Amino acid sequence: MKFAVIVFPGSNCDVDMFHAIKDELGEEVEYVWHDAESLEGFDGILLPGGFSYGDYLRTGAIARFSNVMKEVVKAAEAGKPVLGVCNGFQILLEAGLLPGAMRRNDSLKFICRPVELKVANNQSMFSSMYEKEEVINIPIAHGEGNYYCDEETLAQLQKNNQIIFTYNGENPNGSLENIAGITNEKGNVLGMMPHPERAVDELLGGADGLKIFQSIVKQWREANVVNA
Amino acid sequence: MFKVKVYITLRESVLDPQGNAVKGSLHSLEYKEVSDVRIGKYLELTIEKSERNVDELVKEMCEKLLANTVIEDYSYEIEEVVAL
Repeated sequence: MKFAVIVFPGSNCDVDMFHAIKDELGEEVEYVWHDAESLEGFDGILLPGGFSYGDYLRTGAIARFSNVMKEVVKAAEAGKPVLGVCNGFQILLEAGLLPGAMRRNDSLKFICRPVELKVANNQSMFSSMYEKEEVINIPIAHGEGNYYCDEETLAQLQKNNQIIFTYNGENPNGSLENIAGITNEKGNVLGMMPHPERAVDELLGGADGLKIFQSIVKQWREANVVNA
Repeated sequence: MFKVKVYITLRESVLDPQGNAVKGSLHSLEYKEVSDVRIGKYLELTIEKSERNVDELVKEMCEKLLANTVIEDYSYEIEEVVAL
């Protein structure tokens, strides 16, 4: 399986994402610059964290109009897995690939520490390797992770099981319903604030994030490889 | 040419943590009269005349990029500047 790591001006988790795929997951991966014209040949798209365009105007608001985003939208429509982490999640929200928006953390502080997440739905292509309700440890690092959507959207998210990860116990940023990660209705676009690419090796303090990437590969193999 | 002033604030239904912190600070300075603070953005645009209606143009820019209407409201004032 071949992944693209999209690099925007101001991305800073692109190298971690690349490392997670190449060295820990053992799959093919390439960096793709934000002005790329095509994402042909890639089976999965990864939008890394960082501060694209300095978070000017709003987080993700300017990156969302990058050239490559037209291709990301096409890939999402084609059913390919698209994962946005942190700033990548914010970009997916701005692009309308996921519903809702981000507000400043309710503490107004940038928070960088490991948190506990609960796997609220283990039936998605991003979470099938986890147990239901499994509690995992993944670091967060953001100032704007306070997820918001209107009541109608929340009801839709709940009805369609689009909430994949929730904060377990203490809610670090004030997000609605403890939401840490959601998918689109079709289930092939996941946005999450915590950084699974920073939790792929015990040397990094834990490897609980690896199963997200392994879940993507498992689903892709089952769909695309004969005798998988 | 037009000078356009765009104001963007969080929607009434959305809690504004920055505004709340500032309100708390004003209260600690004894300005008990302050019942609400909303923090927003102010943008000044200079727009050249074109065949497009300027009001329509600004509205489109707000909807597409300048405001995120999921959580933000916007308003604007347009002033035509006549070169002397």
